Amino acid sequence: MRPKRRRLLLLISALALLGGAAALAFTALDDTMRFFHSPSEVAAGAVGPGREFRLGGLVEEGSLTRAGTTIGFRIEDGAHSVAVLYTGLLPDLFREGQGVVATGALDSERVFRATQILAKHDETYMPPEAAEALRRAGKTGGS
Amino acid sequence: MTAELGHFALTLALGLALLQATLPLYGASRGQTALMELARHTAFGQFVFTAIAFAALTRTYLVSDFSVAVVVQNSHSLKPLLYRLTGVWGNHEGSLLLWILILTLFGAMVSLFGSSLRETFRARVLAVQAMVGAGFLAFTLLTSNPFQRVWPPPLDGAGLNPLLQDPGLAFHPPLLYFGYVGLSVAFSFAVAALLEGRVDRAWARWVRPWTLAAWAGLTAGIALGSWWAYYELGWGGFWFWDPVENASFMPWLAATALLHSAIAAERREALRSWTVLLAIIAFSLSLLGAFLVRSGVLTSVHAFATDPERGIFILLLLGIATGGALALYAWRAPAFAAGSPFRPVSREGALLLNNLVLATACATVLLGTLYPLFLDALDAGKVSVGPPYFTATFVPLIAPALVAMAIGPMLAWKRGDLAGALGRLWAAALGAALAAGAALAYGETLAALGLGAAAWIGLGALVEWAERLRLGRAPAIEVWRRARGVPRAAWGAGLAHLGVAIVVAGITASQCFQSELILAMKPGDSAQIAGYTIRYDGTAQVEGANYHADRATLAVLRDDTPVAILTPERRFYPVESQHTTEAAIRTTFLADLYAVIGEDDPEAGRTVRLYHNPLVPWIWIGAIVMALGALASLTDRRLRLTMPVRRRQAAEA
Repeated sequence: MRPKRRRLLLLISALALLGGAAALAFTALDDTMRFFHSPSEVAAGAVGPGREFRLGGLVEEGSLTRAGTTIGFRIEDGAHSVAVLYTGLLPDLFREGQGVVATGALDSERVFRATQILAKHDETYMPPEAAEALRRAGKTGGS
Repeated sequence: MTAELGHFALTLALGLALLQATLPLYGASRGQTALMELARHTAFGQFVFTAIAFAALTRTYLVSDFSVAVVVQNSHSLKPLLYRLTGVWGNHEGSLLLWILILTLFGAMVSLFGSSLRETFRARVLAVQAMVGAGFLAFTLLTSNPFQRVWPPPLDGAGLNPLLQDPGLAFHPPLLYFGYVGLSVAFSFAVAALLEGRVDRAWARWVRPWTLAAWAGLTAGIALGSWWAYYELGWGGFWFWDPVENASFMPWLAATALLHSAIAAERREALRSWTVLLAIIAFSLSLLGAFLVRSGVLTSVHAFATDPERGIFILLLLGIATGGALALYAWRAPAFAAGSPFRPVSREGALLLNNLVLATACATVLLGTLYPLFLDALDAGKVSVGPPYFTATFVPLIAPALVAMAIGPMLAWKRGDLAGALGRLWAAALGAALAAGAALAYGETLAALGLGAAAWIGLGALVEWAERLRLGRAPAIEVWRRARGVPRAAWGAGLAHLGVAIVVAGITASQCFQSELILAMKPGDSAQIAGYTIRYDGTAQVEGANYHADRATLAVLRDDTPVAILTPERRFYPVESQHTTEAAIRTTFLADLYAVIGEDDPEAGRTVRLYHNPLVPWIWIGAIVMALGALASLTDRRLRLTMPVRRRQAAEA
């Protein structure tokens, strides 16, 4: 009887660990998961200020400005564009007209404060999210 | 001709793999020695033909044969020789061939070192290994032929992604693949044992060295990749929980669990059926990694640009290998008798806790990695799961294992004495308290936990060694005699645990005490970081082998005395028309001073980003110590592969 009970105890503690881990994982997922939005969705008010998300599209031609280490530009999807401010080093392949994905949140003026900017290092490659933003804009008949 | 020769050799290797995957199995079930022996020779044949194919592909790169498509896409006649060579595996087709080369190498090694295996068992192991090989050979020949010609041949190639033109990355894939593919041997052993219906201590003793070798390769490969990301991507970080990094980390977690459970299976016949399951899971996670990297489902700096056909093929391979093995497991495993009973507080109990924690942590990483793919496949929105998720789940889950890590090796098999073990660890507890106290003095609670854990584990490993040697309690001559008698595996385990302690210290300190500064600087400007003064002396244009660069000169001063010059660069590669950032790093092994530069602005000046990363080199030093621990265990007499059964029995008698 005793080895059996020991086994049962073991099984219960393993299940408790797994259950705890699952609860932890799903709460963490809920809290930290960032959705992807296109400039058109942001313009339509899909996200409120302060909520972190990823914004993808093309860097609008002629929109790039600099003030010290802070860089301003707009991300567009052919229909709408969103103003972005970023402090830091831009990725090597960042330039106007290229696809980018920025992570950050809108401030109260609805300017997107980016904490991270991703561009692909391959010239011919478009980040899938940027392509998705263009596709969504095309679908809704924006352009 | 070379390319055709390579293609032909690869086709022959597939033919041999198909033979080896079928006939020896039939031979094993009918007791026909000739058919079983066949596998030993075809395993060598597969390796030789794959090596010929690999040599042929290498030659097309070395002579810049631009009639071969992969050479056109990934090489250039102006590229330095080293990168023409490493460019062979810097792309999907070539890296797949490298994968197969290592896979067949492992098959040949099983054949070479397998003389003491049971005849039927060896035949089955080699047959399963050949099934995996046949799958990958068919994959490369059908969807990713590296020997495809182009007509007419262009005058020159497109070059290699400049980020990959780096010595650190040159050896990252071979090491990593050694690990990934090495796990295939554990898989083959597991499936063969299920086919045979026998999992005994000898089986566990056989699985361990292969897992150790694979684990050492995986550890070194992951460390090298993270080191490359640290200095080449210029983000100042070393681990980004990028899905492709996770793809290598999950098999590592599973392999770590496997290493530990195989000890229990070998010494006490405990956890046998779980060990078999882990062997299947570890290699399945390797295959999942291959799928994630090669199918194009991920956005990542490491992922290969790909087409969906390949993704489906690997998914199919993954489904057959994992599904088949798990079905076999479900059918056969219930027949395995339970091992000898043990108390929760015992060596087995500690190993079981290690396994539970590692498996659970691995599952949460899997969830975070696959969740965005599931949502995307269901069209439920595009999401990303980033570092906050992984730190929130992985760190608290792994913490209990870190505490238990020092205690486990001090417990006896079957029934341990927890109070006694804790009592003997007083020195480690004292060290942990001191480390935590020092970190608290800086007001960092997380650092206190991390550095406390590191001191606990590291000193725990030293205490365990001291106990074995009776250091300080026995005369020196006795200590020396004992030191010579300690099995290599015990040295290895202690070394690996010490490595973990060093890694934990490095990660904690670099995360909690990092200083970072971004500013625009003009020549003559100075900045202060972590007690250093950094003076920007301007930028010069320099010419590299196949790039131009802006090279900034940053003087590092401490109390007005110059201590170093940092020269970060922004390079432009005209062939590939790409920019890269080259970080400049000054290391004291206690901390790194890290500088990268951005673009120059006529008004504001040049953007400069500075980091001070305490203890960051310890992460890679610790990983090397861990891999050395595995190698030390590999040389253990008890795990020696070539010793035939009869001699071993004679030696033990």
